[in-house]
Amino acid sequence: MAKRLVKLNVNGRAREDAVFDHTLLLEYLREQLGLTGTKRGCDGGECGACTVLVDGEPQLACLTLACRCEGKQVQTIEALAQDGRLSALQTAFNEKLGTQCGFCTPGMVMAAQALLLRQPEPSEAEIREALSGNLCRCTGYVKIIESVQAAAASLAQPNGVSA
Amino acid sequence: MSAPLPDTARQASVGVRQPLIDGVEKVTGRALYTADLPARDALVGAILRSPLAHARIARIDVSRARALPGVRAVITGDDCDVPYGVIPIAQNEYPLARERVRYCGEPVAAVAAVDRATARAALALIELDLQPLPAYFNAASARAADATLLHDDQSGNIARDVDHSFGDVVGGFAAADLVLEENFHYAEVTHAMMEPDASLASWDAERGRLTLHTVSQVPYYVHLMLAQCLRLDAAQIRVIKPFVGGGFGHRTETLNFEIIAALLARAASASVKLELSRADTFITHRGRPETDVRLRIGLSKTGVIKAVDCEVVQRGGAYAGYGLVTILYAGAMLHALYQVPACRYFGLRVYTNTPPNGAMRGHGSVDVRHAFESMLDSMAQTLGLDPFQVRRANLLHPPMRTINDLQVNSYGLGECLERVQEASGWNQRHAHLPKGHGLGLACSHYASGSAKPVHWSGEPHAVVSLKLDFDGGITVLTGAADIGQGSSTLIAQTVAEVMGLSMERLRVLANDSALTPKDNGSYSSRVSFMVGNAAINAATALRQVLLEAVARKFAVPLERVECLGESYRIRDTDHALGYKEAVTLALQPSGTIMVSGNWSTPRDTQGGKFRGAAVGSSAGYSYSAQVVEVAVDEDTGLVRVVKVWVAHDCGRAINPLAVEGQVQGSVWMGMGQALCEQTQYHEGFHQNANFLGYQIPTIVESPPIEVFIVEALDPNGPFGAKEAGEGSLAGFLPALTNAIAQATGLRLHALPASPEHLLDALQVRRRQQKLAASKSAALQKAQV
Repeated sequence: MAKRLVKLNVNGRAREDAVFDHTLLLEYLREQLGLTGTKRGCDGGECGACTVLVDGEPQLACLTLACRCEGKQVQTIEALAQDGRLSALQTAFNEKLGTQCGFCTPGMVMAAQALLLRQPEPSEAEIREALSGNLCRCTGYVKIIESVQAAAASLAQPNGVSA
Repeated sequence: MSAPLPDTARQASVGVRQPLIDGVEKVTGRALYTADLPARDALVGAILRSPLAHARIARIDVSRARALPGVRAVITGDDCDVPYGVIPIAQNEYPLARERVRYCGEPVAAVAAVDRATARAALALIELDLQPLPAYFNAASARAADATLLHDDQSGNIARDVDHSFGDVVGGFAAADLVLEENFHYAEVTHAMMEPDASLASWDAERGRLTLHTVSQVPYYVHLMLAQCLRLDAAQIRVIKPFVGGGFGHRTETLNFEIIAALLARAASASVKLELSRADTFITHRGRPETDVRLRIGLSKTGVIKAVDCEVVQRGGAYAGYGLVTILYAGAMLHALYQVPACRYFGLRVYTNTPPNGAMRGHGSVDVRHAFESMLDSMAQTLGLDPFQVRRANLLHPPMRTINDLQVNSYGLGECLERVQEASGWNQRHAHLPKGHGLGLACSHYASGSAKPVHWSGEPHAVVSLKLDFDGGITVLTGAADIGQGSSTLIAQTVAEVMGLSMERLRVLANDSALTPKDNGSYSSRVSFMVGNAAINAATALRQVLLEAVARKFAVPLERVECLGESYRIRDTDHALGYKEAVTLALQPSGTIMVSGNWSTPRDTQGGKFRGAAVGSSAGYSYSAQVVEVAVDEDTGLVRVVKVWVAHDCGRAINPLAVEGQVQGSVWMGMGQALCEQTQYHEGFHQNANFLGYQIPTIVESPPIEVFIVEALDPNGPFGAKEAGEGSLAGFLPALTNAIAQATGLRLHALPASPEHLLDALQVRRRQQKLAASKSAALQKAQV
């Protein structure tokens, strides 16, 4: 099996890496780059735990081939904190207990990040719709909704931190 | 001392809405779960599973697999002839099947290879000859007189039978004004925690030592079973629990893959990472069994319970596991929620050719509670009583002892009922809901830790150690497994409260058998109560060391020294020292300070003397009442949960934020079981071992869950606290079906209440109504 070179940008860093045609973005991130914040929760496309942003759109890294990310910007949970400080969503998920075991959290936060990028003031229904592909087994989702709402509210403040 | 001192007010930590102590790691992706651990040189493990549900293993030939380049180890049942199991008296399972396979998906061989592709290729080269045996997929067929035994020493395929009778059951029913008997059926459900199973095992061949990182809720059991199955001195083993992505009971037992990973690592003299697929995680199972309940209740006219008679049959799966505890719990937890003056319980745990069942959130109590609360509701209706009234007629008056010897010392159910009655607007709304809407009420409860440990070693039931060193930082050392419920946070809050310090002074180091004290683990909601108490005792001991050092310095009696957290003062004087100065003084005699605190359940809470009495006994019980509002679409059978109001008596809420999260999570998990979850097998083959087939509720259909915390302080609890993570689960199921009954007039006797099931029930009713109408028309015609 031959590898091919893929050029892409991961979390703000330009990369050029050799991958197999069948290498999944999830495997590339976790095994080649050591970015283990992106989780494997199922056998393919069922749970949303591996959600990352590709050119700002939420994608399941377990259903995306790494070689199809040629020329694209990939953002994972590791990219959200700036200068070591939590993003608005991360702060809210931490303070409002939007995370319990934490396993769904990276995917959940990235899906919410995509939502806030396109809709900074989402309604509750929009939050539910945007996160409908992300399963959580701990929270009953109540505090996840509250976390996204709190993040949106803090971003709407004049001096709110950026998403 | 006259130097200005830091803030002299003691820092409060108990009762504070405290974000998780490891929350930052979780929201940044820095939290490392087992599969995330760096292990570049680790081999990849893979398991070959039985394609048949019951068969004799005629032959396993692994020679071709072993010869494949890149394969470093191939193991079979021949590599471990020691059985294991969570209950010491019921160990009948091997990590890899020997002679027989008893469920479809049971591990029969395993390989370790240089990469995933090679490991998979090796599995395909293993030749397995199986001779099919008769297989049983439900309890009734396994109990048939001519059924083949799954285990030769278990006649009738009965893993455990329980026959308990307390009080005058016959007299109780005779004295009742209304007696009702009904049958219920519950589908099997499973934990489906988000993190798939995984272990990383490393074998140090030079020293004969094993290190296992694994997803356990009880690393101590894993440690014991590794020593047993690998015939190793326990001191040669180190078990570490990294971050764990949920458990809900799945991980309270040592699971086959954990031992297999260790066996592979030893066979290959290497590190082996074994990551299970989601499908194999489903098959590893240990969930709540398929259950049949026959329940008979006698009530007085005023709704007072006079007698209860209950029969439970559980399809337990292929091995013993936790089974005997589950079937005992189902009977024991008929008590301690209401006053039950007479009760007979008959329970059967049956071996079947399905993946073994085990402990799942609300262990044993859930299905029986649904039957009980459903019947209370319908009987109240018959008697013309309000659902709240019938429950209030049966409240306990603690301190009291139930007829099955459970000691109840605190009881907030009455207040829970008040809170949800008011919040849901029950009195105003119940009789005036729009068509298709219903409000349902139910109560539930749970133990705050099983009062007797599974392994009776004579040691205290919980130990916490604290290390205080030159930097003034306190490291809390605990073996309690935080699997997302927030136990590490709670233990830190407890220590901070006693010391009067802020949480910033503390670190928690948990679950490394080489460093942290042994702990009996995260099961039966024991950690807050037992480990919380041990943490209080440890912190009190540490505070005492500091108080003594300050007393020595000022040459005053100990009782004159006061701990204010960041300062220590001599009462009625100006003398005071900052915390760090007190630490420096305390370290002078012997350096680094290590103290331990321990706790055990009081003897009077450890249950009665009869066989099986330990199960259900606890030092404290949580209580819960909830009202569920539903909207039912009779054309589609779809039930929408509009809102849940739940009040949970957790004693003192040490972390109200986490209590809310736990209560919401358990109510929601109850909703999954009530509405949509069920495992499905065809000839023992798991048909829905994925999240598309085994559907858990998504965020779209999940309702608002409003939590009310009720604090009936328990005299044995840490700061009066009790459990919060399980007790509210069971109440959801009956509250839902009671609401459906109001919305549709239909009482469901089987769960889940899926649209198919509800439509069927509606159709049956329509047919019956039509039949009745045509009969009465014919009768009228005849009379004319």
